[in-house]
Amino acid sequence: MMRLPLAAMIGIFFTSLYFLMAIFAPLLAPYPMTEIVGGVWEPMSAKHWLGTDNIGRDLLSRMIYGGRTTIFIATVATIVSFTTGSILGFTAAVIGGWVDQAMSRFVDLVMSIPTLIFALVVLSVMPVTIPMLIMVMGFLDSTRVYRLARAVAVDINVMDFVEAAKLRGEGRIWIIFREILPNALSPLVAEMGLRFIFMVLFVSTLSFLGLGVQPPQADWGGIVKENKDGIVYGIGAALWPAVAIATLAISVNLVADWVLNRTTSLKGGRG
Amino acid sequence: MSDQLLKVRDLKIGATVYPPGEKPHDIQIVHGVSFDLAPGKVLGLIGESGAGKSTIGLSAMAYGRGGVEITGGEVWVNGRDILQESVKGLRALRGTEVTYVSQSAAASFNPAKKIMDQVTEASVSQGKFSRADAEAKAVELFAKLGLPDPENIGSRYPHQVSGGQLQRCMTALALCPEPDLVVFDEPTTALDVTTQIDVLMAIKEAIRDTGVAALYITHDLAVVAQVSDDIMVLKMGEMVEYGSVDQIINAPQEDYTKALVSVRSIDHEEKTPTDNPMLKVENITARYKGTNFDVLNDVNVELHPGQTLAIVGESGSGKSTLARVITGLLPPRDGRIEFSDRTLSPDLAGRTRDDLRELQMIYQMADVAMNPRQTVGTIIGRPLEFYFGLRGEEKRKRIKELLDEIEMGDGFIDRYPAELSGGQKQRVCIARALAAQPKLIICDEVTSALDPLVADGILKLLLDLQKVENVAYLFITHDLATVRAIADSIAVMYQGRVVRYGSKSEVLSPPFDDYTDLLLSSVPEMKLGWLEEVIANRKMESAGN
Amino acid sequence: MHLALKLVAQRLALGLLLLLAVSVLIFAGTQILPGDVAQSILGQSATPEALANLRRDMGLNEPAVSRYFSWLGGALTGDLGTALTSGADISKSIGSRLGNTVFLAGVAAVIAIPLAILLGLLAVRYRERWPDKLISAVTLASISLPEFFIGYVLILIFAVNLGWFPSVATVYDGMGFLDRLSVVILPALTLTMVVLAHMMRMTRAAILNVMQSAYIETAELKGLSGLQVIARHAFPNAIAPIVNVVMLNLAYLVVGVVVVEVVFVYPGMGQYLVDHVSKRDVPVVQACGLIFAAVYIGLNMVADIVSILANPRLRHPK
Repeated sequence: MMRLPLAAMIGIFFTSLYFLMAIFAPLLAPYPMTEIVGGVWEPMSAKHWLGTDNIGRDLLSRMIYGGRTTIFIATVATIVSFTTGSILGFTAAVIGGWVDQAMSRFVDLVMSIPTLIFALVVLSVMPVTIPMLIMVMGFLDSTRVYRLARAVAVDINVMDFVEAAKLRGEGRIWIIFREILPNALSPLVAEMGLRFIFMVLFVSTLSFLGLGVQPPQADWGGIVKENKDGIVYGIGAALWPAVAIATLAISVNLVADWVLNRTTSLKGGRG
Repeated sequence: MSDQLLKVRDLKIGATVYPPGEKPHDIQIVHGVSFDLAPGKVLGLIGESGAGKSTIGLSAMAYGRGGVEITGGEVWVNGRDILQESVKGLRALRGTEVTYVSQSAAASFNPAKKIMDQVTEASVSQGKFSRADAEAKAVELFAKLGLPDPENIGSRYPHQVSGGQLQRCMTALALCPEPDLVVFDEPTTALDVTTQIDVLMAIKEAIRDTGVAALYITHDLAVVAQVSDDIMVLKMGEMVEYGSVDQIINAPQEDYTKALVSVRSIDHEEKTPTDNPMLKVENITARYKGTNFDVLNDVNVELHPGQTLAIVGESGSGKSTLARVITGLLPPRDGRIEFSDRTLSPDLAGRTRDDLRELQMIYQMADVAMNPRQTVGTIIGRPLEFYFGLRGEEKRKRIKELLDEIEMGDGFIDRYPAELSGGQKQRVCIARALAAQPKLIICDEVTSALDPLVADGILKLLLDLQKVENVAYLFITHDLATVRAIADSIAVMYQGRVVRYGSKSEVLSPPFDDYTDLLLSSVPEMKLGWLEEVIANRKMESAGN
Repeated sequence: MHLALKLVAQRLALGLLLLLAVSVLIFAGTQILPGDVAQSILGQSATPEALANLRRDMGLNEPAVSRYFSWLGGALTGDLGTALTSGADISKSIGSRLGNTVFLAGVAAVIAIPLAILLGLLAVRYRERWPDKLISAVTLASISLPEFFIGYVLILIFAVNLGWFPSVATVYDGMGFLDRLSVVILPALTLTMVVLAHMMRMTRAAILNVMQSAYIETAELKGLSGLQVIARHAFPNAIAPIVNVVMLNLAYLVVGVVVVEVVFVYPGMGQYLVDHVSKRDVPVVQACGLIFAAVYIGLNMVADIVSILANPRLRHPK
C-alpha cells in the first residue's frame, strides 16, 4: 500500500471538515440562522468570531448554515448529474447506432449554449426553489458527464478484452459492469470531484446574482450578495464565503487529483 | 590522431524515470560500452528491447532522448570528444557531420513543410551548401534511392508520399549534407517485408556510393547481416559480443548470440490432412460497414483437427478481417463457415454457447486483451465458470493446472496483468483460451509484438500444447519465419484474396506465383550476401522477361 | 485547397444549423416548458383578468410554432420586440450595452491573450521546475475561485485601499477613450484572471504536445539552434492549437462577463440579462440568451475553422 501524500491528506482533512460542518450545522452554529443579534457589520470579536452581517446577524452562524445549504445543493445536483450523465453515456457507448447519435447530438446542442446563460434563461420562467435549482443544475451539468462517460466507455469498448468477453458470449450487463465500469471508474471519480466544485461555484454564482437560494435562507453566494456593499467601506464580510468556497474547492481538487493518480498507477505499465 | 572516425569508450548512460504514483528515480540504461568505427564502415548494433541500442546510437550525436543523459565515458568523433563540446560545437556536429535516420519517417518529418525544404535544411542553415547546390544534391539522392519522379517529389508534403518512400526521403535527408557518419535507427522495421527489401537495398547502395560510415541499429539480425561490416550484440545495456559480421553470424561465441542467430529455426514436421476438415471457410466475401469495397473476396480455406493453418499476408491483405468473419464479429456478405460439421451463424448473436466455447481467440497485444482490473486467476477462471460452471476449490485447482500447462506456476494466480512481462501476458491469454477446451484457436499475430527469443518461447509452447490438447490453430501472421515454424498448411493472402493455398511444402516450393515469389524472396535470411543475391536474381528475371 | 474549403463550408453550415436549433431551444425553454409564463410573471395572486390580458399581449393564445416563427423573423431583421417591464425597444437597449460589453471583453482579451501565451511558453521552457510549478499552483487556485471573489478583492485593494480606480464602473455617452479605459480596467483585470489560468494551461499543453513530436527531435538533430527549431518547426504547428485555445477561452469570457458586470455595476449585456431575469421579462431574456449563445457558437466555430485551415493534410490533399 502506498503512503498518503501530504496534498491528499490536506485535501481529505478539509473536505471532511466542511462536510461534517454541513451535517452538524445546527449543533455547531452559535446563533440561529436568521436572528438579529447585534449591530450592522460589527467587527470580529469573542462574541461574534466573524463579526455580524449587513443587518446584524451573526456571520459565523450564517456561514455554517450557508455552507450546509450550498454543500447540500451541490451534492444532490452532482448526484443527479452523475447518475443521469453516466448511465446515459454508458448506454450510448454500448448500444451505439442511432440511439448514440440522437443522444450525442442533443447533448452537443445543449452544450452549445453557455451553462450559466442557459440556467438564467430557464430560471426566468421557472420558480426559483431549491429542488428547481438542483434539477436545472443537474440537467445542464449531466451533459458534461455524459460526454466523458461516453468517451471513456467507447475507448474501453473497443479494447480486445471487451471483444474477448463478447466472443465468450457474455451478456451486456456483465460487459458494462464487470469489464467496462471497473476501468472507467477512476476518470469518473476524479471528474466527480471537479463536477462538485463546479456545482458549488455554480450555485454560489446564481445566488450571488439573486437567482439562486432566496433570502432569508443563508447560502455562501447569497452572503456575498448581502454584504457586498460593505466592500466599499473596507468591510470584508463578503469575502468570508468566497474564502470558504475557494478552500473547499481546492481541497476537493486535491482529493480528485490523488484519486486520479492513484488509479492510473494501478493500471501500471506502458507496456 | 587515430584513424577511427568514431571512438566510444566506457559509455555510461542513465535516465530518470517517472513511474506513476512513485517517486522519480534514476536508472542506468547503458553500463560502459566501448567500440570503434573506421571511416566508410558500417557497424550493426543489435539487441532486443531494453538493450540500449538506440540510446547508444544517439550518443554519437551527444543527444539524449527524453530524460536520458550520458553519465560517463568518452565519445570521440573525428578526433574530438564530443561530450566535452560546447552547445555551439554540438550544433555544428549534428546535422552535417553526423546525421540520423529514425524508425518512423512519418513522425520525423514536419507535416507543415515540404519535403525538399526539410531535406536541405541542415546543409543550408549550417552554411555547408548553397540552397541550389543542396537541392541539386537532394534530387540526385532521390534518384539514387529509387524514388519516383526525383525532380518533383521534393515539392510534396510528407503525407503525400507513401511510408516506404518517406523512409527513403529520410535517408536522403541524412545523406544530403555529406556527413561522415549516419545513425540508422531501425529504418525498415515499420515497413512491410516487400517494401523493406527495396529500402534496405537503397540504403545499402547509398552507403556504398557515398562512402559514409554508419551505425545501423535493429533488432533483426538477418537485416543487419546484410548491411554491416561489424556487429555488436547488446543485452540490457551491456555488450555481449562484438565481431565481424562473418564471425557473429557463422561462428557466434556467446550463448545469447547463438540464440539470436538460431531464432525462428524451430523444426516442425508437417502433418498430413485428415479426411474430415473441422473448419471450412467457403466463398467468404466481406466488407466493413459504410465502405464500398470488399476486404475479403471469395475466400476458401480448410483446417483439419489438431493442425495449423497459417494465413500469411502484408498489411491490408485482409488476414485479420478473415479472423473477424470466422469469430462472427463481422458477418460476411456472402459465403458460409462450417465448423465441426455444422454451419455457424454468420453473426455472433446467433451462435450457441458451444460454438463460442469451441472457437477461441488470442490477440496480438496481450496488454489490452486482458482486463487490467482482473487478476490472472479471474481472467483464466471466468471461462471455467462461464462454460463449465466450475466454482471454488474445483475452479482454483483447474486454474493451477492451466498455469502449469503454460509453464508459469500457481504463484501468478493473484497477480495483475501489469505485473507480468510481455511473454507472460501472452501465456495467460493462451491459458484463458485453453480453459474453454476449444477445438480451434485463432491466433492473430500473437508473436509480432514480442522480442524474437520470447516469441520463440510462445511458438514452442503453442506447438507443445497442440500435441497434448489436439487443438487446431488458425495462425494469422505477416512473418514467414513464424509460418515455417508452426504451419501444416498455408494460405497466402493479397488484397483480400487467397493467392496461394496448400500444404506447407507445396506452398513453399516452386513454381511460385508472382506475389508469393516476391513475398518469400523478400524475407531476410540469416546469411551473408543474401540481399545481393535476391536483387541480382530479380534483375535477371526482369531481364529475362 | 478544395477539401479544406469544403470542410470549412460544412462547418459554417453546421454553425448556422446549431444557431437555429439553439433559438428553438431558448424559445422552448421560456415558452413551452411546464408552467404558465403569464402566471409566473404576475405571481399566484394575479387576477384572471390580468392574466388574460398579459397572455393576449404576449401573444400566448397563438400556437407556439407560429409564435416562434414570428419571434425568429423579428430577430433576423433586428427587431427583438419590446421589454415587458419597461415597454422599451429591446434592440435599442441592447445596442449600447453590447458595445460596452464588447469593449470590456476586448480590453480583457488584449491583456489576457499575450499574457497567457507568454506564461504558457515560460511554463514549457521551465517545465517541471519552479516557475512551472508556481504557475500550475496559481492555476489550481484560480479555477477554484468564484469570479466575484476576484472582483471584490481587486476592489478592496485598488479602489478602497489604494484609491487608484473607481469601484463602480459607470460609463456615459460621450465619455473619452482613456476615461472609459480607466473605468473598465478593474473589471477587465478580473476577467483576465478568470480566463488566464485556463488559457495558459491549455497553451502549455498545446506547445508541449508539439515540442514532444518526433519532428522537433529531427530538427534538433539537424543542429538547428533553439530559436530556429521553435520558429521553423514548432511555431507553424503550434499556431493552430493556440488559436484554438484562445477562441475557446474567449467563449468562456462570455460567461464570466455576466458576473463581472454585476460586481462592478457595469451597464453591459450581462447586467441587463440578470436584471431582467429577476424581473421575469421573458422577451429580453430570450434576446440576450440568443445573442450570448450566438457569440459562443461563433467563437467555437472560428476555433474549428482555424484548425481545419491549419491542417496541412487538408490544405494539401493527396
